[in-house]
Amino acid sequence: MSGLPPYASTGQRVWYYTFRVICGLIFFFLIAPIVVVIPLSFNAQDFFTFTPEMLRLDPEGFSLKHYRDFFTDSGWQAALWNSVRIAPVATILSVSLGTLAAIGLSQDHVPARRAIMAILISPMIVPLIISAAGMYFFFSRIGLQGSYWGVVLAHAALGIPFVIITVTATLVGFDRSLTRAAANMGADPVTTFFRVQMPLILPGVISGALFAFITSFDEVVVVLFVGSAGQKTLPWQMFLGLREQISPTILAVATILVVVSIALLTTVELLRRRSERLRGMSPS
Amino acid sequence: MSDMTDTGPVLAADGTPLKRSLARALRRQKMRALMLIAPLLLFILISFILPVGDMLYRSVQNDIVSKTLPNTVVALESWDANSGELPEEAVFAAMATDLKSAAAAKIHTKVGGRLNYENPGISSLFRKTGRKATKFDLEAGIVWKDELIDINDGWGDPDVWRTIQTYSSPITAGYFLNAIDMRVGPDGAESRPEEEQIYMNLLKRTLWMSMMITISCILLAYPVAWILANLPARQANLLMILVLLPFWTSLLVRTSAWKILLQQQGVINDILVWIGLVSDDARLVIINNQFGTIVAMTHILLPFMILPMYSVMQTIPVTYLRAAKSLGATDWTAFWRVYFPQTIPGIGAGSILVFILAIGYYITPALVGGTKGTFISNQIAFHISTSLNWGLAAALGAILLAVVLVLYWAYDRIVGIDNVKLG
Repeated sequence: MSGLPPYASTGQRVWYYTFRVICGLIFFFLIAPIVVVIPLSFNAQDFFTFTPEMLRLDPEGFSLKHYRDFFTDSGWQAALWNSVRIAPVATILSVSLGTLAAIGLSQDHVPARRAIMAILISPMIVPLIISAAGMYFFFSRIGLQGSYWGVVLAHAALGIPFVIITVTATLVGFDRSLTRAAANMGADPVTTFFRVQMPLILPGVISGALFAFITSFDEVVVVLFVGSAGQKTLPWQMFLGLREQISPTILAVATILVVVSIALLTTVELLRRRSERLRGMSPS
Repeated sequence: MSDMTDTGPVLAADGTPLKRSLARALRRQKMRALMLIAPLLLFILISFILPVGDMLYRSVQNDIVSKTLPNTVVALESWDANSGELPEEAVFAAMATDLKSAAAAKIHTKVGGRLNYENPGISSLFRKTGRKATKFDLEAGIVWKDELIDINDGWGDPDVWRTIQTYSSPITAGYFLNAIDMRVGPDGAESRPEEEQIYMNLLKRTLWMSMMITISCILLAYPVAWILANLPARQANLLMILVLLPFWTSLLVRTSAWKILLQQQGVINDILVWIGLVSDDARLVIINNQFGTIVAMTHILLPFMILPMYSVMQTIPVTYLRAAKSLGATDWTAFWRVYFPQTIPGIGAGSILVFILAIGYYITPALVGGTKGTFISNQIAFHISTSLNWGLAAALGAILLAVVLVLYWAYDRIVGIDNVKLG
């Protein structure tokens, strides 16, 4: 769409602007629910809608009490601590295994490449409730159900497809003669990997890690089944809060999580551009 | 070249024939690739494939009857269930023996619970008889047929014995039949009475609602993807943030946002009342029903539709549309005959992805779906954590998994797993 040509008919003009309005409405639909949560979280009352004071922008109508609740309530703090304890470990596990496998998959001659790829991506495709049910049954058999490591293993498995996808995408543009040159100059494979290959694919690895992190950090279905009360994570606590008695503290938590996702999105976007620059493409 | 044929096979530096040397190098390369992949494959096998396999096994596993009532199962083998008569005394005696040891180990209620799924009432029969079973004197020469029927009339019902006989094999299709609203009757599989048919309707509802969500995603994503693909890069990147931010925002955050917006005392109803479209005492019920689920899930899954459509539309040259118009096509013809057909791969990729994701959703329907807007996943979760009928949960899961795998296969065919892009 390069603007309206000067010879456009009235009908075309009307359609041009109608179309833009429609698109605007759809963008509004996408973003409004997330934005609405933010001002509501500063509500001085325990309501889930705008009070007359808030609409008048009266300072009386706003307060930080829901944030105070979040930071002082032991249940929420325990949940936050559990999330912080689980997500990074699961991320490290899926990134280290996933990066190795992605490098293996991008070699020239991999037997059954398509089948392996399909298996490795499947945790993303199989409905979470099925993964959750299977892990619940199987982990009860081997004594991992309700344990910290059970949840970490489950979350690492769910994060792996994202690591595989982002790292293989980065490796597509990787110039393999660089590793050959390194080997030619006497570097052993480990040195080559850490000194030559890793720095170049690092943006892909980091954005894969962020995807894996957010997968674990947001995950609620699997942890509901595989975890026990000792592994109650932030999303779990939110789920309970929403299902039983909905408390406005959830709005404060939601706002904090939106801020976290904005930070993650920005990081991923910057990394994508850096990666494209490294591979000699002009960033769009 | 000519002198090579004279001196026999081409040799590598170390003297082995070049062909063999190359084959060895290739083999080594393959091995190295596999060695790099192996740890992850092993990991996925243990933490994902085996669990799913375990679930599939549980959907047919049925060793509880033959393990708890071993003597009865053997004694019942020769009994003809269709005779309408009770089994002979030996079967009752075997049952008394089994019940005594089962009651001592306190596992008689489990087998009762298992058989209760198939024939309601058996659970209490086992529980009540089990209470007395620990005191059974097996050596006293009691006629167990009379004794058992005396304890509970249930033992005089041939139907109870038929159920025990039917479920005495270690593998059963019973859970699957149950999951498709059928059961094993006297003449093989039969469908359940009308009022007990819930799962097929639930599956149909899940498919129908996923379809509605997919269609609304297509309708909303198409214009957005088009405008993103056709605006100058700088503006498109800015608008892209509006698509990616929901994508990165926690699912729980988005679901709670919708829960708050759609409530009867929520923001949407407040606005409608304020502008006078709806009167205060007739606030719309837009949550805890199918409408609420469809709206919330369309919002949540929309980025998964926009992104593949966008990446396809980006590759379509603008000049095609101009060429069509300069050849005399109207705006609509140019769009419909030239542009739209080229975007079909994007629509296909996005639709399969959204449909696959939608069909297995659990959290959002559980929170905004009420009772009318729930999916099959919610029933699976119910059977795992509340009714404890794990076999039925596993059978429902297996059916859902089969649907998803067919779609996954189609996706791999059409789009290719390697072409999945994120963000």
